[in-house]
Amino acid sequence: MKSIRNIVECRDVTKIYDQGRVKVTALKAVSLEIERGGFIAVAGPSGSGKTTLLNIFGGLDVPDQGTVSVDGELLNDMSQSALAKLRLHKVGFVFQSYNLIPVLSAIENVEFCMLLQGVPAAERRRRARSMLDDVGLEDKYDRRPAELSGGQQQRVAVARAIVSNPVMVLADEPTANLDSKTGEGLLQLMREMNEDKGVTFIFSTHDKMVMDYARRLVVLRDGAVAEDAQR
Amino acid sequence: MILQMGWRNIWRNKRRTAVILTAVIIGVWSMIFLGALMRGFSDRMRQNGIATLTGHLQVHRAGFRNDPVIENRITSPAAVLDALEILPEGARWTPRIRVNAVAGNARHSAGITLVGIDPGREAAVSFIGDAVRQGRYLQQEDPLGIVVGEAFVRKFETRLGNKLVLMSQDANGEIASRAFRIVGIFDAELESTEKQFGFVHIAASRKMLGVGDDICEVAVLLPSHRQVEAAAESLRQRLPEDTYTVETWKDLLPIVRETLEIYDVFIFIWFLAVFIAMGFGLVNTILMAVFERIREFGLMRSLGMLPRLVVVEVLAESFFLLVLGMAAGNLIGLLSVWALSVNGIDLSAFSAGMEFAGMSRIIFPVLVARDIFTANATVFLMGLAVSLYPAVKAARINPVEAMARP
Repeated sequence: MKSIRNIVECRDVTKIYDQGRVKVTALKAVSLEIERGGFIAVAGPSGSGKTTLLNIFGGLDVPDQGTVSVDGELLNDMSQSALAKLRLHKVGFVFQSYNLIPVLSAIENVEFCMLLQGVPAAERRRRARSMLDDVGLEDKYDRRPAELSGGQQQRVAVARAIVSNPVMVLADEPTANLDSKTGEGLLQLMREMNEDKGVTFIFSTHDKMVMDYARRLVVLRDGAVAEDAQR
Repeated sequence: MILQMGWRNIWRNKRRTAVILTAVIIGVWSMIFLGALMRGFSDRMRQNGIATLTGHLQVHRAGFRNDPVIENRITSPAAVLDALEILPEGARWTPRIRVNAVAGNARHSAGITLVGIDPGREAAVSFIGDAVRQGRYLQQEDPLGIVVGEAFVRKFETRLGNKLVLMSQDANGEIASRAFRIVGIFDAELESTEKQFGFVHIAASRKMLGVGDDICEVAVLLPSHRQVEAAAESLRQRLPEDTYTVETWKDLLPIVRETLEIYDVFIFIWFLAVFIAMGFGLVNTILMAVFERIREFGLMRSLGMLPRLVVVEVLAESFFLLVLGMAAGNLIGLLSVWALSVNGIDLSAFSAGMEFAGMSRIIFPVLVARDIFTANATVFLMGLAVSLYPAVKAARINPVEAMARP
């Protein structure tokens, strides 16, 4: 079987949002290749297209022009249902906020994607426990999100994103709502997961500290790639 | 876990859940309780009709029903009585003389129905056997006794032991009259019954009317009302159609039959009306719950949850609301019926109005398994059906737009 070196390949991706009388170009002919095992920050000011790019990588949105493939699969012509399956099996998500399902405990939140994948209950529980231990929440299995701090919630989200063995984790400003110390702790955790488990992380940020953690920095400005540098 | 989420979600807004649960409980309770009361009304109406000298079946000479005069009597009762042998085991029957007559005393006179009965057989078929409240019932040999109703006694300003003169046309077309003595006063469910009927021994009425051993009708009471049609059909086959008519209570009491049919429709309309009120509440509640959690559904869709699972999750919430509400509604409904099953509801304050419709003074609720099933099935299936709207709305949420909401 052919090994695919790049997790994501996008060519000339353009995305335009039609907001009534105004058309907003969120991405202009963006071409990027994201290598397997990378730890990549997509940076740029607000409105530069970071979130749109991540949404397109994750199959949450589709480009108006250009092509995107994830793990060798072309996303452009996929149905909504096929995109949902792709997200479920190949992509882990960590959002800026409102990441967890409030009525589920920490361990149930971590199990959620595995449940959708059809992983048997016992295995689900074992993997979720082990993952929560790895992110330092071994004593918080049964806490609901409202009983966890912001940093702990993001750790649960990271655990959930990784536990179902996706090809990449997309994190949209994961530290934006955290204080700098907690944010740094989360970044260290993600970096460990990247180094120990080989999980590819792509995160958007406009925080200098977060950029410093990245091994590759892609800077967007007005929807176009302004800088792409290995560090 | 999806069901677990549904269960936990309904308790996130306890007040809202309490409000909709109350609506479902009241809805189901009212369907069961008021349904049982309506059944009680209609059952009682049917029983009254059957007990008030109708029975399940009657045999007459052809033409008697259109013109109930003594000329239209059954002149060879033996043929009819022989035919009754084919009735199912446990069936009871009684022969009667039944003619219009004028009753009179020193103060009043009024038209009544003179009923000549075999006291022993009649008691097993109609209400009169255990309806006598003052004096006594007719005896096997009772040439002069008459039993009349309480309301009749009041109207005639008479009492036990007093004489009453009855006049009617006899077999020869002459006016026959005979004096009877009031030996018993009966109570009936309906005041009109008390005013209408005067009971004398069949032998006394035959003698008065000069009809030998003839009779006017035979009334039959079967062990179950389900046997009525079959028994009527077999009697019809035994008795020549041009000489005799065999009619069921439905033929004899068309108003009761129609009313019972209307009641069935009423009950259905009632169920529907309650459900519509409840259904709007349910849709509103689930819709509010969906809109409040739009980001949550966005998150679940982002994580790869398929739309149909979102539908299942939302339907699970209304499933639990419905099941909880139905359980409590059924329980309270059954308890209410049970509480009233001992003494019933006394409607004597409205008895004049109720009598017009042929109803009793006291109504006992009657639970019918089919009604309970229909009420629950209506609430459950239609409840889930209307919840599909908010569920599909939740499933169609665009995850990107939902997650971008403030």
